[in-house]
Amino acid sequence: MLPFAVAAWLFCCGLYGLVSSRHLVHSVVCLAILQSSTYVLLLGIGFRVGGTAPVFADVPPGVRVVDPVVQALMLTDVVVEAVVVALLLAMVVKAYEKAGCVDPADLRTLRG
Amino acid sequence: MTERLRVRLFFVAGPVFFLLFLIAARDLPPWGQYRGPYGDRIAELSVYERHATDVVNAINYDYRAFDTLGEEFILFTSVLGVMLLLRREDVSGDSQQVEDRATMSETIRTVTVPAVLLTLVFGFYVALHGQLSPGGGFQGGVILATAAWLVYIAVNAQLYKRLTSHTVTEVVEAVGAGGYALIGLMPLAAGVPLLTNVLPLGTTGDVFSSGTIAWISACVGVEVTASFLLVSYTYLQEILAGEIGGD
Repeated sequence: MLPFAVAAWLFCCGLYGLVSSRHLVHSVVCLAILQSSTYVLLLGIGFRVGGTAPVFADVPPGVRVVDPVVQALMLTDVVVEAVVVALLLAMVVKAYEKAGCVDPADLRTLRG
Repeated sequence: MTERLRVRLFFVAGPVFFLLFLIAARDLPPWGQYRGPYGDRIAELSVYERHATDVVNAINYDYRAFDTLGEEFILFTSVLGVMLLLRREDVSGDSQQVEDRATMSETIRTVTVPAVLLTLVFGFYVALHGQLSPGGGFQGGVILATAAWLVYIAVNAQLYKRLTSHTVTEVVEAVGAGGYALIGLMPLAAGVPLLTNVLPLGTTGDVFSSGTIAWISACVGVEVTASFLLVSYTYLQEILAGEIGGD
């Protein structure tokens, strides 16, 4: 139960950061924290007491392992987060160039 | 909505979400007692069916290879997006050559050269052994990209720029992404579904085992290396716009 609570806690932390953010880079980092809750959740779901890593290079097949599917999902998650952060930061740079500010509150109006 | 109101709303909605989440999590299988049959079947079968000892990569590059193909193109398009967003309208700064003023000191040279070589060897090792041990294209690619960053840290932006020459990296990235797609399309010619593992599986534990898994992993490694270089190069150009384009 604790790992699931940790995931929910991380999610709330990231969300609070997003809600109270006063800097776009800060928002992006908060989004990354928010997303990292999914790692904890996925790995927590797939964990198995006494299970080893699902790599059979040095353990015989049939040994109790943790779930490999959620680990594969998490790998996808990590890659997507990395590129999403890169893309968002590029947008922040552009927003600063166009609007001259990085406070989300000052970016109310859309300008062409 | 003012910020204060927003934060107050969060302090209502946040705890409610947290509680609901905990109630929902209570009905999950208890922590450490996972009982999904799908993962277990794959863990049992992948060594026999695919001769791949790393089950996570067997899933990523074979059983669920179509998902990873999509993911790879998320990577591809995001890098494209970063480059489009941060492209510089005036390319005149690019063609200006700044002579390498900074010369490497003896100490830095002695430390950097082995460090770069070590990083390259380690990166290739991780990228090419994904089917055997933890690692694979994504992880190896990131490590390989750091070799170029070491050069940037130790020498200067100019040499880094020459190393990660834009067009070549772009082509390499496209080759990596396209290679995956081509490996995926290859089975169609043999009349079997997309991304079927049609190559000879080899001996379990051998670098050349596991058929298409190793090849796809290598393609992903190429693509990830090039993407990370492109993204970091684009950002670096943004940061160093004055330094590279100026004087």
